[in-house]
Amino acid sequence: MIIIAGLILISLTIAVVFLIAFFWSIKSGQYEDVYTPSVRMLFDEPKKEDDESTAS
Amino acid sequence: MHEIAQDSLLKETEAPVLCYHCGQKCEESLYLDEKQFCCYGCKTVYEILNTNNLCQYYQLGDHPGISLRQPNDDSFLYLNEKTIQKKLLSFDSEDFARITFYIPAIHCVSCIWLLENLRKIEPGILRSETHFAKKSVTLDYHPARIKLSHIASLLSSLGYAPHITLSDSAKNEKPDNRSLLIKLTVAGFCFGNVMLFSFPEYLGISQHDALLNRAFSWLNLLLSVPVFFYSSSDYLKAALKSFKQKQINIDVPIAAGLVALFVHSAYAIITHSDPGYLDSFTGLVFFLLIGRWFQEKTYETLAFDRDYKSYFPLAVQRLHNNLWQPAVIHQLQVGDRIQLRNMEVVPADGKLIDDHAFIDYSFVTGESRPVKASLGDLIYAGGRLIGQPVQLVVEKSVSQSHLTSLWNNPAFGKVNESRYKKIIDRAARRFTWIVLALAIITGIYWQLTRPNQMWLVLVSVLMVACPCALALSAPFTFGNMLRVFGKHKLYLKNVDVIERLAAVDTVVLDKTGTLTHGEKPKAEFIGKLNDAEWAAVHSLTGASSHPLSMIIAQWRGKVSTEKISGFKEIPGKGIEGRVNQQLYKIGSAEFVGTLPIKDTGGSHVYVSVNGETLGYFLIPTSLRKNIRRMISALGHKIDALLSGDQENQTTELRSLFSSSTLFFFNQSPHDKLEYIYNLQRNGKTVLMVGDGLNDSGALKQSDVGIAITDKAGVFTPACDGILEGNQLGLLDKFIELAQSSLVILKTAFVISFVYNAVALSFAVSGHLTPLVAAILMPLSSISVVVFSFVAVNFIAKRKLT
Repeated sequence: MIIIAGLILISLTIAVVFLIAFFWSIKSGQYEDVYTPSVRMLFDEPKKEDDESTAS
Repeated sequence: MHEIAQDSLLKETEAPVLCYHCGQKCEESLYLDEKQFCCYGCKTVYEILNTNNLCQYYQLGDHPGISLRQPNDDSFLYLNEKTIQKKLLSFDSEDFARITFYIPAIHCVSCIWLLENLRKIEPGILRSETHFAKKSVTLDYHPARIKLSHIASLLSSLGYAPHITLSDSAKNEKPDNRSLLIKLTVAGFCFGNVMLFSFPEYLGISQHDALLNRAFSWLNLLLSVPVFFYSSSDYLKAALKSFKQKQINIDVPIAAGLVALFVHSAYAIITHSDPGYLDSFTGLVFFLLIGRWFQEKTYETLAFDRDYKSYFPLAVQRLHNNLWQPAVIHQLQVGDRIQLRNMEVVPADGKLIDDHAFIDYSFVTGESRPVKASLGDLIYAGGRLIGQPVQLVVEKSVSQSHLTSLWNNPAFGKVNESRYKKIIDRAARRFTWIVLALAIITGIYWQLTRPNQMWLVLVSVLMVACPCALALSAPFTFGNMLRVFGKHKLYLKNVDVIERLAAVDTVVLDKTGTLTHGEKPKAEFIGKLNDAEWAAVHSLTGASSHPLSMIIAQWRGKVSTEKISGFKEIPGKGIEGRVNQQLYKIGSAEFVGTLPIKDTGGSHVYVSVNGETLGYFLIPTSLRKNIRRMISALGHKIDALLSGDQENQTTELRSLFSSSTLFFFNQSPHDKLEYIYNLQRNGKTVLMVGDGLNDSGALKQSDVGIAITDKAGVFTPACDGILEGNQLGLLDKFIELAQSSLVILKTAFVISFVYNAVALSFAVSGHLTPLVAAILMPLSSISVVVFSFVAVNFIAKRKLT
């Protein structure tokens, strides 16, 4: 009986954590643009002297 | 760099070659690094990218560039104003600022790549992030190192001209969609868990352990509370609002169903009588919100924005490279110099740079007495110039929505309100009452026969019957039609006009400037004028916006700007004014004070100086192109042709029209109004097509008044639509389309009615669970909206192409 109560509590807690994580993802705008990031990650950075320009 | 450009300038001799930058056909090719370009603009972009090692741009897509054949020479200097920056920047400090530009040209992967590498071209830009779906770029930059105007012109020179609107800045985003998503998540989360805790009950093991059973019920109740108070709050609030206004709205049955289910279940759990229907309740809210979200997505894709897609077809004279040229008002930039003629509307707030002007603000304030403005005064958009022409410097960019809202001012509205709106409103309200009554009867019946099913059936009935489809079909059908019209250069005031346009059975046309004279008319002067007199005539006619004046003013291709005093324009008669102490009169024979000359062909405009007639302009009647088909298609619907001119050259015109069409000449603006009034008294629904100046009274009197415009700023708020001159030939098609949209609307009503009748009969007989009802309800709305959208586009395509 106590085990069941404990399991329910744990499952609810985990679920709530994911719910909150989801709220955060909505609020931080992750669902606003679902196309650009997928393209951006495939761009190759040319290696030469590029570090200087980003550091400035 | 410039020398290389000179060397590589070679004539193209071979078959079509595509521009390396934009992929358009090169007519005269420019070469650089063995690559062809169609214009200097494209080549310059390549040069910029090449010197900054950014040629990866061309590897990411074929010919990704934006053609720069029409170079963008917009000045962005106004962006350096602190007040304007305050509106645009989302963050501003000494060494860091952030701005979001809307860039309509973004279209491919290369665009994203280039825009996100802007910092390699301009080190002052710290970071840039593209939002592909919104076509916007968020730029972080160092205000001390680079000016905002510089960033804007850099973007513009690369072909990515930012679209800057100050009125609705990019800062205020809509949070609605997010809150709906969160509500949806909460409902989904609770629904899932409630189902989990209802398992013992589903499997029938609850009898064994009363304590566990009760604990689960309480957990369910706990989980349903946020669903009721948070997720379903939109429905509850809408219903509460309708009670406060003592008017029933379409959200009431849904809210009633939700409250009934929740309160009953909560009561049952608290009193331990039964486990309630909280699984149904949370699921119901979850599916309702999914439906709503889906609905919003559908509307978003079908949505139409008047401000962007159609335009306010007004033009003004703008000083461009020391030449006065007509410019469409949305091209106006802050700092442009514009000239206004008598009766033209001020398109944007501007500073007066002439000594004084009389401005009629009746569109804005309703007060029709002209206000005197002096040198340097600010003149507000929406005012109308009375008297001699003045020049303004534009101070603020044009706000189309401001002009549209002026137009929709109730002072210029017509008495007959939308018939359909009334019918729909009443039907929706009656429908809601019927549903509530039906739900109560059903509830009583089930309570008597099978009480354990009662609550679910009751809720199904309340859920499934939704007149949303009824309420949505009209705005969607008409709104979409409005957009179709806008695409074909007919700009209507609002959706009610479509309804009236469909009812039109009589058409009255104006002659001069409406049927006749397109963009390039000819004129001839019979008599003698010396150079000074020519200059005076040009200046005077340039001050008027009457179609004949405009022809004379544009003739011989130059515009004189002599000082005019005492300028007066008498509608339907002519204009007068003093130039160099000489009194000039230009207009009809009667106005000038001479005998009309019986002559073949065209309109006559007489000129006199100090009472002495010098001669007359002969302007041959040249019909607009493509109107013959329209005239024969409308046939005897065209009741009359009203003209303010002398009677001449009628045989050619008359042969175009049906024999029942009447011709009237020498009509004053008042005669025209009177004529339309008489037609209306005989029960006709009249469409008047004319110019905005001489016919404004008739346009207001008619059921639908459409003003014709050819690069002119004459605009009367009394008209219901503005049609660009060269689209007049489509007039009959426009009327047909308006009629079709009523047919589409009625069909949508029938679909919605049948749907509701069938669904209700299932719900009343208990064959529909609340969950299915919650899915069906938004589906019906979406199907009706999609139907009307597709139908309008289909019919428009068939008719207009």
